[in-house]
Amino acid sequence: MSALALPYLAILRVRFQLMLQYRAAAFAGFVTQCWWGVIKIMVMAAFYAGHPHQPITLAQAITYTWLGQGLLGLLPWNADTDISEAVESGNVAYERLRPVDTHALWLARAVAQKAGGTALRVVPMFVIAALLFPAVGLGDWAWKLPQTAEAAALFAISITLALFLASASVVLLNIAVVALKTRRAANVAGTLVNPLSGMIVPLALMPGWLQGFLFWQPFAGLVDIPYRIYFGNLAGGAAAAGITAQLLWVTIFILAGRYWLAEVWARVDMQGS
Amino acid sequence: MAQIRVENLSKTYRVAVRDPGLAGAARGLFRRRHRDVAALDDVSFSLEPGELLGLIGPNGAGKSTTIKILSGILRPSAGRCTVGGLVPWEQRIAHVARIGVVFGQRSQLWWDLPVVESLELLRDIYRVEQAQFARTLEQLVGLLKIAPVLDTPLRQLSLGQRMRCEIAAALIHSPAILFLDEPTIGLDAVSKLALRDFVKTLNRDEGVTVLLTTHDMHDIEALARRVIIIGNGKLLRDSSFESMRAEVLRERRLFVDFADDGEPGPLEGARIVGRDGRTVEYAFDPARIAAHTLIARIAAAHDVADIRVEDPKIEEVIARFYALHGAVAA
Repeated sequence: MSALALPYLAILRVRFQLMLQYRAAAFAGFVTQCWWGVIKIMVMAAFYAGHPHQPITLAQAITYTWLGQGLLGLLPWNADTDISEAVESGNVAYERLRPVDTHALWLARAVAQKAGGTALRVVPMFVIAALLFPAVGLGDWAWKLPQTAEAAALFAISITLALFLASASVVLLNIAVVALKTRRAANVAGTLVNPLSGMIVPLALMPGWLQGFLFWQPFAGLVDIPYRIYFGNLAGGAAAAGITAQLLWVTIFILAGRYWLAEVWARVDMQGS
Repeated sequence: MAQIRVENLSKTYRVAVRDPGLAGAARGLFRRRHRDVAALDDVSFSLEPGELLGLIGPNGAGKSTTIKILSGILRPSAGRCTVGGLVPWEQRIAHVARIGVVFGQRSQLWWDLPVVESLELLRDIYRVEQAQFARTLEQLVGLLKIAPVLDTPLRQLSLGQRMRCEIAAALIHSPAILFLDEPTIGLDAVSKLALRDFVKTLNRDEGVTVLLTTHDMHDIEALARRVIIIGNGKLLRDSSFESMRAEVLRERRLFVDFADDGEPGPLEGARIVGRDGRTVEYAFDPARIAAHTLIARIAAAHDVADIRVEDPKIEEVIARFYALHGAVAA
C-alpha cells in the first residue's frame, strides 16, 4: 500500500513544501482577505438591519463570512499553475512519461496545493477573528466556534470532502487546459464557482424556490454545506444529506475526470519539438 | 531479438487552416477547415539491445514525432511498434518505467526545487529503493560532475549544468533504453564534449540502448555507428555513418595557395568549386585520380605556397544527401 501511494505522497509533500515558501504571497492574500471580511460583514449587518428574519442569523452569517475568508484559497478558480505552464511550454509531455496514474498524480498535487495555501491563511485568520476580536470587545463581529462536538466532527468530515471536491475540480480544469492548449480554458471556473458555492452570498439567503437546486448542485459542497454544518444550521439528517451530496459530486468529478483525461490524451497531439 | 521494433509507422497531424485576413478569420468562426500533415510516413526500423543509433533530418522531418511515439506520449495513426515487447501507448505505465527520455528544449526537473530534491521526488515517483538510488546517484553525480550544483535550485543553473542534471534525472531509475531528443542544443563546446563522452560511456559500459536525434553532425560523428536519416516523414537511409559518407560524397577537396597572382588554368580530373584570394578549392574523385597525381600537375605548372587535401565537411555530406532526396527543411 505504501509503495503504491509513494509517488502520490511524494508529490503532495513537495507541493506543500513549495507552497510554504511563498510567504509574501500568503501575507498579501491574508491582508486582502481580512479587509474583504470586514466589508462583507458591514454589508451583511446593513442587510440584516432591514430584513432581520432570515434562514440563518446575523451571528451565523458573520461566522460564515469569516470561514469563507479563511478558506477562500480552497475554491477551484484555476487549473494547476504548473500544469498550465507545462501545457503552454510543451513540457506537459513529461507528465505522460511518469509510471503513475496521471489523474491520481494531479489530484494529489491539487490536494497539496489547496491544503497548503489554505492552511497558511486560515490559521492567522482564526487567531484574529475568533480569538482577538472577542478579547478586544468585538465579540458580536467575531468568528464563533461550533456549538456542539457533533457539529465540529461533521464539519471536519465535510471540509475534507470540500478539499477533495475542489481538487477534483482543479483536475477537471487541468484537463480543459490540456484539451484546449491554453490556461484561459479554466477562466470559466470563477464565474460558476463564486455564486454557486455561496462564497458571494450564503445560499440560504437566495430565493426559496431555488433552494432545492442550490443544495444539490456540485458547488454547494465547497462552501455552503460545510459552513452550515459548522454552525449547526445543517444537523442530523440535513447534515447527512449535505455530506451525501458532497460524496456524490466528488465521485462524479473524479470518474468524469478519469474518463475525460483518457479521451484527451488519446486525441491531443503534441506537435513540434 | 530486437529491443525496439518499428513497422510501417505513420503519424498524421490535423492542422487547422484559415483563409487570410479578417474575412478569413470570420469564416473560420463557422467553418473550420483542416489540412492533414504527414509527420511520419511508413517508417520501419529495428534496434538491438546496446545499440547507439543517431536519427537525423531537417527541421520538421519527423525525428521528435518518432521519439514521442516510441516513448508512449503520442499514438501513431497507423503501423506497429514495440519497445522491449510492450506497445508504448497501450502499456504506457509499464513501458515508461523502463525508459529514460530527455528533450533538449524541455525540463523535467522542478524549477524552484534544489536539484537533489527533484531527484528524490523522481526516486519516489519511479519507486526506486533508497539503497539503489544512492548507488545510482553517486555514479551519475561522478560521471556528470554535478556534485557542486546538487543543492542549487534549477532556475539558478547554466544551460550546460541544467542539461547534465536533466540527463541524471532521466537515468535515476536505471532505464534500459535512453531517448535523447536534441540533447546538445544550445550547449557550449565543452559541455557538448562532456555530454558525448558520458553518452558513449553509458552505452559502452552499461549497455544502455541509446536513440539520439540531433542537428549537430559532430554528435553523430562522435557517437553513432549507425545513422537513420529521415526527411518529410520518410526513412531515407539506414546504414553506418561511414558508408553513408563514402556513398553520398566520394569527392575530396584540394586547397591550393598560389604564390603568384597568375590565373591558374583548368586542371584535368578536377574542377574549381571555390576561390578565396590566392587560394583555390578543387573538387576531385579519388577513385578516378589520385591526390598525388593532381598535386604533381599543379606543382609542375605553378608556383605554389601550400597545398592541403580535406574530406568534405560533414554538414555538407548531409546537405547533399537531403538535396538528393528532395528532403528540405519544412
